[in-house]
Amino acid sequence: MLLEKLCNLDGVSGNEGAVRDFIKSQISSYADNISVDNIGNLIAFKKGSDSSKKVMLSCHTDEVGFIINGITKEGYLEFQTVGGIDTRVIISKKVRIGNIKGIIGIKAIHLTTKSERENIPKVKDLYIDIGAKDEEDAKKYVRLGDYAAFDTDFELLGKSSIKAKAIDDRVGCYILTELIKQPVQYDTYFCFCTQEEVGLRGSRVAAYKINPDICLVIEATTCSDVKGSVPHGYSTIMNKGAAISFMDRTTIYNKDLYEWLYELAKKNNIPVQYKNLVAGGNDAGIIHLTNNGIPTLSVSLPCRYIHSPCGIASLDDIESLKKLSLCFIKNIGEII
Amino acid sequence: MDILKKLTQTYGPSGRESDIKELIENIARPFADEVYTDALGNLIARKKGNGKKIMVAAHMDEIGVVATLIDDNGFIRFSSVGGIYNKDLLGRRVCFKNGVIGVIGSEEENKDRKILKMYIDIGAKDKETCEKLISIGDMAVFCGDFYENNDTIISKALDNRSGCYVLLKTLEKINSKNDIYFVFTTQEEVGLRGARTSSFSISPDYALAIDVTDTGDTPDGIKMATKLSGGAAIKIMDRSILCDSFIRSKLAELASKNDIPYQLEVMNYGGTDAGAISLSGAGVKTGGISIPTRYIHSPSEMINKKDLDSVISLLSVFLEENYDK
Repeated sequence: MLLEKLCNLDGVSGNEGAVRDFIKSQISSYADNISVDNIGNLIAFKKGSDSSKKVMLSCHTDEVGFIINGITKEGYLEFQTVGGIDTRVIISKKVRIGNIKGIIGIKAIHLTTKSERENIPKVKDLYIDIGAKDEEDAKKYVRLGDYAAFDTDFELLGKSSIKAKAIDDRVGCYILTELIKQPVQYDTYFCFCTQEEVGLRGSRVAAYKINPDICLVIEATTCSDVKGSVPHGYSTIMNKGAAISFMDRTTIYNKDLYEWLYELAKKNNIPVQYKNLVAGGNDAGIIHLTNNGIPTLSVSLPCRYIHSPCGIASLDDIESLKKLSLCFIKNIGEII
Repeated sequence: MDILKKLTQTYGPSGRESDIKELIENIARPFADEVYTDALGNLIARKKGNGKKIMVAAHMDEIGVVATLIDDNGFIRFSSVGGIYNKDLLGRRVCFKNGVIGVIGSEEENKDRKILKMYIDIGAKDKETCEKLISIGDMAVFCGDFYENNDTIISKALDNRSGCYVLLKTLEKINSKNDIYFVFTTQEEVGLRGARTSSFSISPDYALAIDVTDTGDTPDGIKMATKLSGGAAIKIMDRSILCDSFIRSKLAELASKNDIPYQLEVMNYGGTDAGAISLSGAGVKTGGISIPTRYIHSPSEMINKKDLDSVISLLSVFLEENYDK
């Protein structure tokens, strides 16, 4: 399955080549023009029956992960996080640097003090252990600046859910890859952007160049319907459909636009919910501020444990997100 | 001051500026050569000329709250829009676009005054009743009546409707050869957003942001030289900008020459549209004139009338000056 392949590929911010190449191979026969820009964005252009307007559909190819910034005498790899990662969720997890497997190491319980057990370790106290004998041995396999990604396999979880790394935002890549097979009304740019996780970087230059009349960002977002959270602290709820944003930390969405999309979903019997918590941000934050300003909407897949080695999402929600995005393309003439 | 009163009392949280925009548009239209709105909702009133292209920006949005969930009992959970001090929210009245007024309450256990544990109560008996009036995503602003005496004005949203007032008064009386864009920007309170796109499209030679600034003259207040009644505050820097040296010295020179009371402003907290404008496009020479204001972001912001007049006078002489082409 396409989403499985996309999630299993590694593409930590700044190192999205493998994801980009795979997507390119999947979509090239459907695009009228396909290009890679200076920051690594893959932009596929599809001509519409009407060229009076430009539509941009945007997702990001990168995922959170690690970059190697040191090798110790003992052959351990020192690292920095790339993108927002909670240190608590990475300890003892499997990672891979290309084909090289490793574990994020920490002292065993027998060797720790009480205070070490009670406090959250800092990234600088952790290391990646690839089983190297010493520094010289490690250097045969890894160089400074290499990236590590979570070593997690995509799997079905029960009958209606998936577990995988990088659902944020390979689900967006998956949907754009599917959507490009459909005819479009207006000239449409399918943008697979880089470096979202480190500051909305790729989308900034893509939007500048394309300068569309409207943009839809297709994303994954926090799903906080979990133990220890109160209902009004939920951002989204799993299995309740695709989430439409009215406001997050980077964008206040145009009320007429997001209400139009919400009503459109209802009319077409697509399960949909509002992203209830004003938290997080995504490429919309930079796209809507580009040039003279670009009307922008966000639709997202609710994803539990986002930015961790293993997210969980619902197949039904993925289906709603896909239908909603398609619905947007088909009906966009109503609003632009 | 009736205009300023109307400006402060009109609804316009960040991203939902249509009401305040309409009011400003109606006041500005007779005096401008051209009035238009851009993609982010910025209102631009242009007074054409052959001289320098100058952009003057005042943001028209105000801080507020946004409804995020309505619970079964009809209480509205919310999040902040712009910089809100959680500590003094309790008991505050907020007003939605449709005029519905609610009170901010809190769960009993909320020592840290977290917004997550607060709610807006509009007196609805259940969810259904509440949903007839309010939807998720609706925004409300703080209530704060307009009061004035001979010297002083107290109101909500003087940040930055007083700046809008300065622009409108200047537009009304100005006689200049320069090509001037009076821009009433959106979404300043959430990150200088409207200024960024409007400035990109105008691409001015010079720009000035007119906004409020803190004062350091209250008991045991912040360390800041700017005072209420100290005159127009010429911005030197804030967290978003180091002002262009030509513009700030020109402002000081013009103020001295025209006997306009002025003071210098170094604001250690917060940024203004000036920052976003200065970095737009290929960069813009930008400065600012500020209205000294106490209790910014409270329902009772306070300014001095003479300061307001000084800001209008200083802005006018700056815009009327002939600059080398």
